[in-house]
Amino acid sequence: MKIFKYGDDVNTDVIFPGKYTYTISDPEEMAKHALEDLDPDFVKTVQPGDIIVAGKNFGCGSSREQAATCIKYSGVAAVIAKSFSRIFFRNCINSGLLAVECPEAADKITKESSVAIDRENNRIQVDGEWIDFPPIPEAVRYIIDGGGLIPFLRKKFSEKES
Amino acid sequence: MGKTFVEKILAKRAGKPAVVPGEIVVVKPDFVMSHDNSAAIYGKFKQIGSGRVFDREQVLIILDHCVPAASEKYAKNHQEVRSFVEKFNIPNFFDINTGVCHQVVIEKGFARPGRLIVGSDSHTVSYGAVGAFSAGIGRSEAAAIWATGEIWLKVPSTLKVVLNGTPKPGVTAKDLMLYLIGKIGADGALYKAVEFTGEAVSRMTVADRIVFANMTVEMGGKNGYFAPDKTTFDYLKARGIDQSGYEVILPDSDADYEQVLDIDAASISPQVAKPHTVDNVSPVAEVAGTKIHQALIGTCTNGRIEDLRAAAAVLKGRKVAKSVRLLVFPASMEIYMQAMKEGLFETIIEAGGIVMNPGCGPCLGAHEGILAPGEVCISTANRNFKGRMGCKTASVYLASPETVAASAIAGEICAAEALK
Repeated sequence: MKIFKYGDDVNTDVIFPGKYTYTISDPEEMAKHALEDLDPDFVKTVQPGDIIVAGKNFGCGSSREQAATCIKYSGVAAVIAKSFSRIFFRNCINSGLLAVECPEAADKITKESSVAIDRENNRIQVDGEWIDFPPIPEAVRYIIDGGGLIPFLRKKFSEKES
Repeated sequence: MGKTFVEKILAKRAGKPAVVPGEIVVVKPDFVMSHDNSAAIYGKFKQIGSGRVFDREQVLIILDHCVPAASEKYAKNHQEVRSFVEKFNIPNFFDINTGVCHQVVIEKGFARPGRLIVGSDSHTVSYGAVGAFSAGIGRSEAAAIWATGEIWLKVPSTLKVVLNGTPKPGVTAKDLMLYLIGKIGADGALYKAVEFTGEAVSRMTVADRIVFANMTVEMGGKNGYFAPDKTTFDYLKARGIDQSGYEVILPDSDADYEQVLDIDAASISPQVAKPHTVDNVSPVAEVAGTKIHQALIGTCTNGRIEDLRAAAAVLKGRKVAKSVRLLVFPASMEIYMQAMKEGLFETIIEAGGIVMNPGCGPCLGAHEGILAPGEVCISTANRNFKGRMGCKTASVYLASPETVAASAIAGEICAAEALK
């Protein structure tokens, strides 16, 4: 597992440039441009299970959901940040990308750290030390348990019909 | 203890006696706004498989991001949106001859005091300028509202910004807002509601207030709000909407604010946001002399008639520098017509500027004025991120219409008052 570490206020324009927002609709294709204007090496080296660690306000700017989608389809298992922009955070919940808000972990993790995330107990292990992070609110847990907003609703409507 | 605006409107719309920050509520928005991304939302809506739109009156679609279509892909995207509108008989649809979505939502009277509007665009926050609650959401969430009519929202805590004093001549709403963002940073209002108040606010036009509300998201805010007053009521009345057409919701005088920030408007000079973040702000004087290649006046932040008048006043009788392309995008067709009637286009064109059709233009890097490597643009838009205007080695400065017009004349960044 590799760790990609970035700074504060990473915006969605550098995560997924605006020039692609209406020209690319396939999530696998979106993944090929993930973080294009922030770190051109990211797509060349990212592998399934890698994690992104960032500073405050990750995902600020445009509401484009492709910013969460392209990271998810690049294979990244989780984004750990000191804080997230609110629309990006919602997009993560809805698209099934794990976004962990944990300033302490974001500070401690280096590129060489060993990191494990315990989703059930809302805690993260950094170089052997466990750090708690705030749980996803119970009221929206159903979206995550349902595999994201669209799959959750698809199931709900198909059950209604049958 | 009293309640802030956002606490009152979310409680009311959730059917609860009261709510507190951190609480999650489910509400039915008056409108869910989307633009060219409606095609992608339609794709997600089809995946949900509800087969019907929950409330077609709730759906509000305005094409503005890449209009007219710049390529076959954009054209097919618009075609898909129109087919959705036709299939589900969506009444509130505005095609490419209308304007920038946020301007249209306000000038056509969809945004009103006490309304709750969400939109799959981060600058949906703009409608707080007339006392609505409005916030940006994602595409999947917009599709979910088309299918279910509902969305969950977390009740935010509230930051109160008190703007005191009278700005100096030549200092605009844009300068004050850039100053505020520079002061508190890109996450200074993260997850928070923002209420703008103070004596400077009472003298502001609706156009001024839109600048503040629009850019609330650039400091992380969930929504921006101005308490409706006579200025708001007069604006709505001029559009045929009287007080029976909306409900004013005001914060309590003893409301509990997480933070109160006082700004002395009289002490602020014209400001710019420097590359590549909106909170990288300094007085114009500090970067004066920086050579520019393009100047952009327009967008959802500063494309209103007041902005075009201010720019034309600077341009009148002067010539845009030979090395500069000046692009002007009125924010709506209504503004376009008004500017034409007032002779503003003559002034702009005689000065060497280009008047474009209403739309988002090159603001998000789609078309109509993309930058080349190494080029510098000064713009009245709201974002200057790396790559924002289509080229990652270009630079974007953000400023008021007056500063952008003056810079176009000078060929370098220049405050209007410093123009020779």
